[in-house]
Amino acid sequence: MKVGVIAYQGSFEEHAIQLKRAMSKLNLTGEVIAVKKPKDVDLIDGVVIPGGESTTIGIIAEKLGVLDEIKAKINAGLPVLGTCAGAIMLAKDVSDAKVGKKSQPLIGTMDIQVVRNYYGRQRESFETDLDFRVIGGGKARVVFIRAPIIKRTWNDATALISFENGIVMAEQKNMLATTFHPELSESTIVHEYFLSKIKK
Amino acid sequence: MRLYDLSFYEIEKFFYKLAELKDIISDTGLLSISPSIPQTLPAQGTVMAKHAFPIFQKGGVIMDVTNVTQAEIAENAGAVAVMVLDKLPYDVRKSGGVARMADPKIIEEVMNSITIPVMAKVRIGHYYEARVLEALGVDMIDESEVLTPADEEHHINKWEFKVPFVNGARNLGEALRRIYEGASMIRTKGEAGTGNVSEAVKHMKIMNYEISTLISLPEEDRLKKAREYQVPYQLVELVVKLKRLPIVNFAAGGIATPADAALMMWLGSDGIFVGSGIFKSQDPDQRAKAVVLAAANWEDPEIVLEAQKMISENKSMMGIDIKTLKPEELLQVRGV
Repeated sequence: MKVGVIAYQGSFEEHAIQLKRAMSKLNLTGEVIAVKKPKDVDLIDGVVIPGGESTTIGIIAEKLGVLDEIKAKINAGLPVLGTCAGAIMLAKDVSDAKVGKKSQPLIGTMDIQVVRNYYGRQRESFETDLDFRVIGGGKARVVFIRAPIIKRTWNDATALISFENGIVMAEQKNMLATTFHPELSESTIVHEYFLSKIKK
Repeated sequence: MRLYDLSFYEIEKFFYKLAELKDIISDTGLLSISPSIPQTLPAQGTVMAKHAFPIFQKGGVIMDVTNVTQAEIAENAGAVAVMVLDKLPYDVRKSGGVARMADPKIIEEVMNSITIPVMAKVRIGHYYEARVLEALGVDMIDESEVLTPADEEHHINKWEFKVPFVNGARNLGEALRRIYEGASMIRTKGEAGTGNVSEAVKHMKIMNYEISTLISLPEEDRLKKAREYQVPYQLVELVVKLKRLPIVNFAAGGIATPADAALMMWLGSDGIFVGSGIFKSQDPDQRAKAVVLAAANWEDPEIVLEAQKMISENKSMMGIDIKTLKPEELLQVRGV
């Protein structure tokens, strides 16, 4: 299998390492490739949209014609994992906790409402333990950096994991979104779960 | 995509050990001010949260701004963060006098108008400018040689803060000392406000050379190096294992064009700071967009070419040849 990581900006290297760790845990043979051009999108069986700045990733991906390409592929069933900025990119409804609605290029394929910078600024970034039983894992420590929150889901989008008053991981068919950073965690459970979606 | 042998979690475990070491030292009274970050869950301001933040800046461009209008231009161009200053480095150089942190009112205005992270600079060793910015809630503090140093001998002990710090460095020793003091991100010092990339290139090459030399040394000589750099041996070992700095390293100082940005990425930097280069040019909107495009796509000369075509060389800022600066006019030598 070939898994692509959108690699303009953000935690793309960390996702690549984590995907490789997850592959070796599951005894899968596969490759991780950087996605930067429309032609890269044709090569992959699944795609990760990393954490970073969603405005930056959106602006560059749109400029290079990758945004539309990915959107069409996701609509056709390409498995996708969006973390933090990636979750923002996937959401149909995005606003900022302080600044409100701002226009930015998005993929917008997932029936989730996301609020950017929900917990506040970097000072309010935190780490905590989450329970991953619902996807076959145990407790694992994860980090939330200037994290968004998933306020609600509709249609067949469902909440997988909640924390305090919001959803931090959601799923809809081929799409997975997390507001925390599984790529910086010791546990590879989220990436293992994502790879299992590609296998199907 | 560059891949390393260690995951973020493994690097992080090491930094927790370093932070514990700092705690032990301060508990024994060797440091005057002792850090106390409560570790209940969910935990804010942890080493993990501080080191994670710069990871999400990688591949991006951080732009110096002096007001809301400039900050909005930066955000719309795709900057990953802005650095709020009172004066751009070019103007600091021209105006002389003591350069201090920016007006908190302006920083606050910028924070309320854009969604990307907002950073600000403090003078080297100025704990209280840093405390003020932490209280204000900026996302990252730059302890910067571009401002006039407040302490000629010491840098801030950054383990004490919940807000992550970025520090400048010209070589591996400087970088490791700042990391040991708790910096979460390093940037090359370059020579700010000159529009001349040569010093940033020099510093990045020195860093690369010193890292590759370190890797080739036998263990006993690495011990010696750790003493020379005045850092724990474990930190030197971590660099050897990773074959790079253990935290995010950006290029800064003199970057003025998309090709400059791509050059610094090619030399191994994780991202770019652009100071005077954008808002001292005559085409800031286009130039900001072009530099962002080039930094993210540095492996592809055709895209860098496209970015370079978006700007016009006769609108670039007038550069200053480093050789024409007097030794006392150099900013990079402040705070080693």
